[in-house]
Order: sequence, then structure tokens, then C-alpha cells
Amino acid sequence: MTASIALPGIPDPRALRRSLARAERRRKLRAFALTLPLLAFLLLTFLVPIAALLKRAVENPEVADALPRTVVALADWNRQGTPPAAAYAALVADLRALPDSADAGALARRLNSEAPGARSLVMNAYKALPPDGAAAPSDVKARLVALDARWDEATYWQAIAKNGARWTPDYLLASVDLRRGAHGDLERMPADQRVFGRILLRTFEISAVVTLWCLLLGYPLAYWLSTLPPRKANVLMILVLVPFWTSILVRVAAWIVLLQSAGLVNRGLQAVGVIDQPLALLFNRTGVIVAMVHILLPFMILPLYSVMKSVPSTYLRAAVSLGSAPLAAFFRVYVPQTYPGIGAGALLVFILSIGYYVTPALLGGPDDQMLSYYVAQYANVDVNWGMAAALGALLLAATLLLYGVYRRVVKSELSLG
Amino acid sequence: MKHRSWALALAAGLALPAVAQQQITVVNFGGANGNAQKKAFYEPIEKSGLKVVPVEYNGEQAKIKAMVETRKVTWDVVEVESPDVARGCDEGLFEKLDYSKIAPKADFLPAAVTECGIGIFVWSTVMAYDADKLKTPPVTWADFWDVKKFPGKRALRKGARYNVEFALMADGVAPADVYRTLATKDGADRAFRKLTELKPHIQWWEAGAQPPQFLVAGDVVMSTAFNGRIDAANREGRNLRIAWTGGIYDLDYWTIPKGTPNKEAALKFIAFASTPEAQAAYARQIAYGPTNTKALSKLDAKTLANLPTAPENAKTALQFDLKFWADQGEALEKRFASWAAQ
Repeated sequence: MTASIALPGIPDPRALRRSLARAERRRKLRAFALTLPLLAFLLLTFLVPIAALLKRAVENPEVADALPRTVVALADWNRQGTPPAAAYAALVADLRALPDSADAGALARRLNSEAPGARSLVMNAYKALPPDGAAAPSDVKARLVALDARWDEATYWQAIAKNGARWTPDYLLASVDLRRGAHGDLERMPADQRVFGRILLRTFEISAVVTLWCLLLGYPLAYWLSTLPPRKANVLMILVLVPFWTSILVRVAAWIVLLQSAGLVNRGLQAVGVIDQPLALLFNRTGVIVAMVHILLPFMILPLYSVMKSVPSTYLRAAVSLGSAPLAAFFRVYVPQTYPGIGAGALLVFILSIGYYVTPALLGGPDDQMLSYYVAQYANVDVNWGMAAALGALLLAATLLLYGVYRRVVKSELSLG
Repeated sequence: MKHRSWALALAAGLALPAVAQQQITVVNFGGANGNAQKKAFYEPIEKSGLKVVPVEYNGEQAKIKAMVETRKVTWDVVEVESPDVARGCDEGLFEKLDYSKIAPKADFLPAAVTECGIGIFVWSTVMAYDADKLKTPPVTWADFWDVKKFPGKRALRKGARYNVEFALMADGVAPADVYRTLATKDGADRAFRKLTELKPHIQWWEAGAQPPQFLVAGDVVMSTAFNGRIDAANREGRNLRIAWTGGIYDLDYWTIPKGTPNKEAALKFIAFASTPEAQAAYARQIAYGPTNTKALSKLDAKTLANLPTAPENAKTALQFDLKFWADQGEALEKRFASWAAQ
């Protein structure tokens, strides 16, 4: 846009530029307005839930809401031995002031996930509250301890004192097998409660193995498909896509039928005489990986195929005609041209497998469960949504980290062909 | 004018059935138990004009919690396992039951009467085996652990619940002392040590339908199982047997999620399902024991002998301690996950 050039027939080039800019702005605005519904949709269904999830992972209102006086009374306590009698009196006053038994229940659940046993302790105290009278704190303490001797133990009081704040790092710490000690110092979980580090590792391990198998099986197939004439390739592509459109549960059930000890695979191998005893193919790692590879294979084949279709076969022929061995030409000339497809397919398969839940739950043993199984367990069975959200956040962070690493290594945008 | 009469007719057509027939959603655990409930509870009560829409779930309390918290309660009556009744009641997920609208409390087993839930039936987690394949029957949990005498795989439910109790009984703890032992650090260690012994021989199950399948297919020689599932398989011509020694019995409960718009109809349904007649009809469909003790006199000896509540079967049984599991469940399940990864 150079104003110095005088265009014939247009008196004022500046006015032209203005109207051009205006038109441009209008066009941009219209384009933006067109994406607005999608943006709003993404915001509502994607970003807001993720933000809510992350908030749940650090939210800790139960103790602060239910026991404000107790938290104050415990502020100066050295968190060893039994707390001062005033804390007992404050606790009883707090419990008595609760508007609804549901608040006591929420408090009991929160403390129980911190100190197992606190649920019955708190609920029993709440149900057997002494009548309101100006009893001396030491009397209140004696009464509570008489009700349940565990009120003499420091563990439960430490749990209350530690959770006085509305926000807590506890869930997130627990998701990486750490916790805060009695004085707020970081320490590792006791050995028998140390588990999520290993589960995260296992999640990555299974995902990596599945990705590798998908690549090994998918690459030759995609290559073969890309060399076929379109008519044949389309027919075969349907064979790839039909399982892709079938429900995951159906495919998992089919694998149970095939892999069980009296199933088709074992019977076949026995009939051929390869094995005497049926192999254990189900309810272990083998079953999980076989089924996951089967389910995720199309996600590897489709990006690979679309990239391979765009690679001209002439390069390979040129390399061979220039004297390269066919295999060397394939690996040094052809394969590098399909790297975008490999990258996209591998990333897609890997990230999808990280979140797998149903397949390992139905086909695996307790040692084959991935992180999402425990998210479901905390959300559904234990109804500890803070912990479920923290594990979800861990999964999210791991995925983002991975994508960051991928961007670093591949130095390009994720392309799906 | 013509249009208006059309609209009126349409409106009447839509409104009439709703007035004539009230509808409630009843949520159950599905499978053989869901089918038995359909025959014993839902179909008979529909004749009295209350339409029942059955929904299946897997006991996810999160769904109820989400409904109650968002005040959009679409479930009217929910079958819930015992630890969840206590927990949900404490946390205000369920309505408190008005027993004057159901039945006198004295008619029921003491464990069936709670503040927010009333027992539907008594079921048991037991040891089961295929009598066609195993000639010498196993009797105790020590037998279950004895891989020399009974070679082959065993199936256990994925998770800590029940398994730690069975492990302690296999290690020689008397049923009456199981929960006292498990509450101590040493006792829990002992249970997991015992499970470690059996670990290479375990095939894990997830759904209640799996143990009979494993047994019939010959994948495992013995399995823990819900007794009703074994009964259901035998009704289809299998020859599965139950070793009742050291079984863990428990109740499932009817609850009403807090804030349902159909509370009265829900109570009506629960009252019907708690009558001796309905309870007996249910026990005839599946071998789960009635909670209404008056139902027992309506059952024949053969049906009675299969129930977890039969004196012969209940003799060495252990009642599931829901207080213990409500307190320790989360920590024990986490420990189980850690143990399984070793």
C-alpha cells in the first residue's frame, strides 16, 4: 500500500486506504463473529470445567467452615501431645453451631481422608453432643475423651489444625506421594500409602508400549494402503474404519471371547500343538495392550496414510536409480518424509492412551490400572472429589508437559496431515 | 377453531396419562438382582398404578452427590450398599425415612433399620467352586489359600474390601475377631502378607457376573462370589457350590435422594417392596435373604436353605462392618493399590 503512487481515476488514495482498512476490519470482525459460537462453546465446555477441576484440587473449605473457633484455639498449639482444653470446648461449641448434620458429614469425610477413623470420631461426637451449658473446658474435654478415647490422640487434632486454611496443597501433594507433616514440613508418604508415582509411571509405560506397537503394525499397513490404487485402498480403508466406529465396549467384550483360556486363540494354538497349557492372555498386561493397540490403531494409520499419500514415489525411485539399495533408500529417503505422520500419529495414540479407563478396568488386573481408574475410584467410590481432581490435574500436567517436549523435539505445529 | 380443538385434544392426550399414572425412577445394580427386582417389585406395583422406570448403576455415589448438590434430583429410589448409606446419610445425600409410612420397625432384622435406608435383602460374599470339576470340596478360607491341595488359579474381587477379611480368616483369625484384628496396624500388615502368599495364583474379577463364568470355563478352581450370582448360574443348569464358612454377609438398602419431587411415591414404593409378600417373592427369584422377618414363613424349605440368612449358612458367617469400612476404606484401598503394584 504505497500512497505515493497516484492511481488513475481515484482522486484520493488516502480515502481508498481508509475504506480498505475499514473493509478489512469488518471482514475480521465478521470472521471473529463466526467463530464466536465455537469460542463460547469451548469456553463453557472445555476451559470452565478444567478451571473448576483445578479449583477443586486445592479447595479445602470443610474444616474452615465448620470449625472456625477450634482452628483459632489450635493456632498456638505445638501440635504434639494433646491440645489445650480450650480447643475441646471450642470444638463442641463449633459442632453445636453447625446448621445441618450434612455439614458435620462433610467435615467428617474431609478429616477422615486425612486421618482414617476421624469419620466415626466426629460423627459420634456430633450425635452425642452434651447439652448446651457453661461447662468448664476441662469438663468438656473429660466428656469427649470418655465418649471416645481417641480424642486424646494428637493425630486427629493435627488433621484439624493442618486444614484450618481454605486452600490446601494436600491433594496435589498426595497425588505425587508427598504430604505435609504435623508442622507443615514436606515428607514422603508412608511406604504402604505410596502409590501414585508408580501408577503414573505405569500409565506412561503402557501408553508407550501401545504407541510403539501401533507404529510397528500401522506403518507397514499405511504404506501398503498408500501404494494401492484408490479403488482398492478405499475398500481396505473401510476395514480400518469399521472397528473404529464400533463401540469400545463391544470390542473389549470381543477380546474377552477371543483371549479367554478356552477362547479362540488358545484353542487354536493348542490344536496346532504350539502350547500344551492355555496361555494367560486376559486380566493381565497382555490383554490390556492387545485390546488397546487394536482400539487405537486407526489413530495411527489415518495420519500416516494421509502423509504418505502426499509423498511422491519418484524420490524413492530416484534414490534407487542413483544406486542406493532399496531398503536403505526406504529408510533414508522415504521414512524421513513421513516423520510428520509418525509424530502426529504417535502423539495422538500416546495422549489418548494416557487417559484410558474402560479397557484396563475390564481386561487388566489391579497392577494394570492406569491413572484414570483411580480418578474414577476417588470420584465414584470414595467420593473424595479433591483427590480425584488432583489426580486429574496431574494427568493434565503430564499431558501438557509431554506436548511441550514434543513441540521442542519436532519444532513444528501438530499436523494431522 | 379447528386448530384450537386439536391443540386441546393434544394437551389432554399428553396430560391424562401423567395424572392417571404416577412415575418414579428406581435405581438398582442390574444383573440377576435387577431382574429379580423387576419381577418381585416393579411389575406388581405397576398394577396398582405406580409406573416404575428402572435404571442401572454401579453404585457410584458421585452421581447422587452431583444430583443433590445441583438440586436436580431425577432418581427417586436408589439401591445403595451399606457403607454408602451411612456415609450418604451423614453427608445429607438422603432423605430421612418416615417408618410410619413404611412398616413397623420391629418386623425387620435389626441391621435393616437405619435412619436413611431400609434393608432390601441380605446377600453374602462367599467362596464358590464348580462341583463338576472339584471332587473334594473346599470348606474354609485356609483351603482357598492351599494351592497344594487345590492346584489352580483363584479369583478374587479387584480391591481390598472382603479380601483382607478373607485373608485374616485364612490365617487363622476367628470370624468374630476379624475386624478387631484388622483395625490394628499389625492386623492389616498380616492380611496383606497373607494376600501376598496367594498373589501369583490370583485372577481378579471386576463385575459380579464374572466369577460364575470363570468357574464354568475352568479358568479358576475357586472364586469369591456374590451368592445370588452362583444361584442364578445354577438356575441355568450349572453345578456350582458355595462354601458358606466365613462368608461375609451384608445388606443392600433403599434410599431416597434428598430433594426428589416424588418423595411420597418413593415411600409408597419402598413400603410395597418391604411387605412380607414382596420380600418373599424376591427371595424366590434370587437367593438373597429377606429383611422382613415375616417373609420367612412364606418360603419353602428348599428356598430357605439357599439363603445367606439360613441358620446353617449363617453359623460361621461374618457381618460386614460398615463403620470400619466407612472409616478405613479409603486408606485400605490405597494400600491395596500400592500392594498390587509391588
